[in-house]
Amino acid sequence: MTLTDPTATTAAPAHPTPRTDHQPSATAAPAGAPAIEARGLVRRFGDNVAVDHLDLTVPRGGVYGVLGPNGAGKTTTIRMLATLAIPDAGEARLLGLDVVRDADAVRARVSLTGQFASLDEDLTGDENLVLIGLLLGLGRRAARARSVELIAAFGLAEATDRQVKHYSGGMRRRLDIAASLVVTPDVLFLDEPTTGLDPRSRNQVWDIVRALVAGGTTVLLTTQYLDEADQLADRIAVIDHGRVIAEGTPAELKASVGGGTLHVRVVDPDQRFAAVRVLAESLGVDVEVGADPTAVTARIDDAERVGHALIALGAAGFAVGDLELGRPSLDEVFLALTDRSATPTEPGRPTHPVDLTGSATTDPTDHTDPTDHTDPTDRTDPMIREEAPK
Amino acid sequence: MSTTVHEPTGETPVRISEASVLAVLASGERPTPPGRVASSLTHGWRALLKIKHVPEQLFDVTMFPVMMLLLFSFLFGGALGGSVRDYVQTFVPGILVSSVLMITMYTGVGLNNDMAKGVSDRFRSLPSWRPGAIVGALLGDAVRYAISSVVIITLGVVLGFRPGGGPVGVLAGVAVLLAFAFAVSWVWTLLGLALETEKAVMGTSMMILFPLTFGSNIYVDPETMPGWLQRVVELNPVSQVVTAVRALMDGSVEAGQLGWVALASVLFVVVFAPLTMRRYTRHD
Repeated sequence: MTLTDPTATTAAPAHPTPRTDHQPSATAAPAGAPAIEARGLVRRFGDNVAVDHLDLTVPRGGVYGVLGPNGAGKTTTIRMLATLAIPDAGEARLLGLDVVRDADAVRARVSLTGQFASLDEDLTGDENLVLIGLLLGLGRRAARARSVELIAAFGLAEATDRQVKHYSGGMRRRLDIAASLVVTPDVLFLDEPTTGLDPRSRNQVWDIVRALVAGGTTVLLTTQYLDEADQLADRIAVIDHGRVIAEGTPAELKASVGGGTLHVRVVDPDQRFAAVRVLAESLGVDVEVGADPTAVTARIDDAERVGHALIALGAAGFAVGDLELGRPSLDEVFLALTDRSATPTEPGRPTHPVDLTGSATTDPTDHTDPTDHTDPTDRTDPMIREEAPK
Repeated sequence: MSTTVHEPTGETPVRISEASVLAVLASGERPTPPGRVASSLTHGWRALLKIKHVPEQLFDVTMFPVMMLLLFSFLFGGALGGSVRDYVQTFVPGILVSSVLMITMYTGVGLNNDMAKGVSDRFRSLPSWRPGAIVGALLGDAVRYAISSVVIITLGVVLGFRPGGGPVGVLAGVAVLLAFAFAVSWVWTLLGLALETEKAVMGTSMMILFPLTFGSNIYVDPETMPGWLQRVVELNPVSQVVTAVRALMDGSVEAGQLGWVALASVLFVVVFAPLTMRRYTRHD
């Protein structure tokens, strides 16, 4: 596979290595402990089991994505990890500190930016940040200075004396994240940070998240947008019905649902059925025709054979107008996995998560570039897309 | 890695760069979280800021009592007290107690609002003393009660209220009322946490407050009531407070009258403050 994404601007690694001089956690918390370690977490609301024996291990540094449909238990999990809710069973440690017994110590090292902007809308942006600074123990002068710094860095200088209720969604979200950084946390929880934001505001949030990771903070991010997880996360846990149903890197998750799709457009519609025959032969799979009179689509399991198929097409003298090789998108992964978990199992018996590590084929070129900000509603994975030479 | 955008409101472009965010990340020592008093005072400051930014909330605490005072004095004053001037001598301390108690319910409404909006999550995720949010809100409310008191007493004086206890008696009366209001507010904070919506909190508080304030000695002399009702009115803690405040302002207070108010206040705090704090701390 030598095709690369032409929309990618750089080949930079997804995340810069964490700065080594920023390790404020090393003092009190056990040094070797992972950022988050949850074992058998349970949380019930009446008869509804929101979180059902959830296990999660999040290494330090980088972005860990928690993906799941509405009501999967993402927010409840985050609330337990951030000490806002108490687990009914199981235990969780943040940086080695127990979320129930050492709740105060955890709160000192963790920040939460909830799903809804957790700000006082009647107060100005500046007042909100000063208030939080004071509650964290900064002096009046230090809290003011900190607010000015953060407001400037987050591009809110003009709105600093405006009441938050007059902020746009993007500004509110930036202020909300700034509020989580008054004292830089070791672990930052972002609960659906870009839900409801326009694409530009979303990109800004992504940039902020990348900067935080570069600064050494571990970010745990929940999202419904698979594109977002693909862009930001180093590892992803897929949650459904309060359990982790799959865990791995984005590439591992995609590999777990098999191959992708080859779309070919022939120049001459009359040649389409002949092209179908050539492709079916060289790929060894069923080939379908689309609504477009020139379109041919094949699901592929073995990417190696695509090259041969294209050569065969050329040798047979077909002019190919356009071709696109779609890797399985995280959407497909997501739907495949949540479908699987929706099939009835014995009630009350925790299903074991799909272990993807090791079994997955990791392609070193298989990086989605983080600067490629595609629309999350665009459901095709744009990783490999190229105009074929005539 | 940076994004330059125009805000939807059409302002100057906002540039967020990785470098500027990185530069602002604090790498120094973590501050020591504030103690209980500092946490409560900080939340009290928040309550004052809210009064500054939303002055409309003072309408409830000023216009409503002014209206009640004028209506009752001129419409019923003659019938109930002989003359307007005679009536306001007992009615002003009464309507003062009634007005301040009625606005205590906004404490619960405000807390419920904070929980619903998510700002409580922010406060609760901080390492500071959690109940400070409630204590601070109550301290801020005391300011609103004081403003309301000033408005009512000033208008009362204009209408001919001449308290025998003088300014010292009036101040003492207001102080006792504020202490009682602070104690009663813990009931509403608990309701504010226990009930789902702001409307439910408001409705429930009203349902408790209306009979308590009307079924008291505020508007009418209990001697005009049937015997069984007199007994109920006498047992009503609001009547006890009204009697004490009237006596203080009149300069004829007795220790027993203050004792009852103190006992009721302590009971409210001892029962409802721990319940509220526990619920707030453990609330999901």
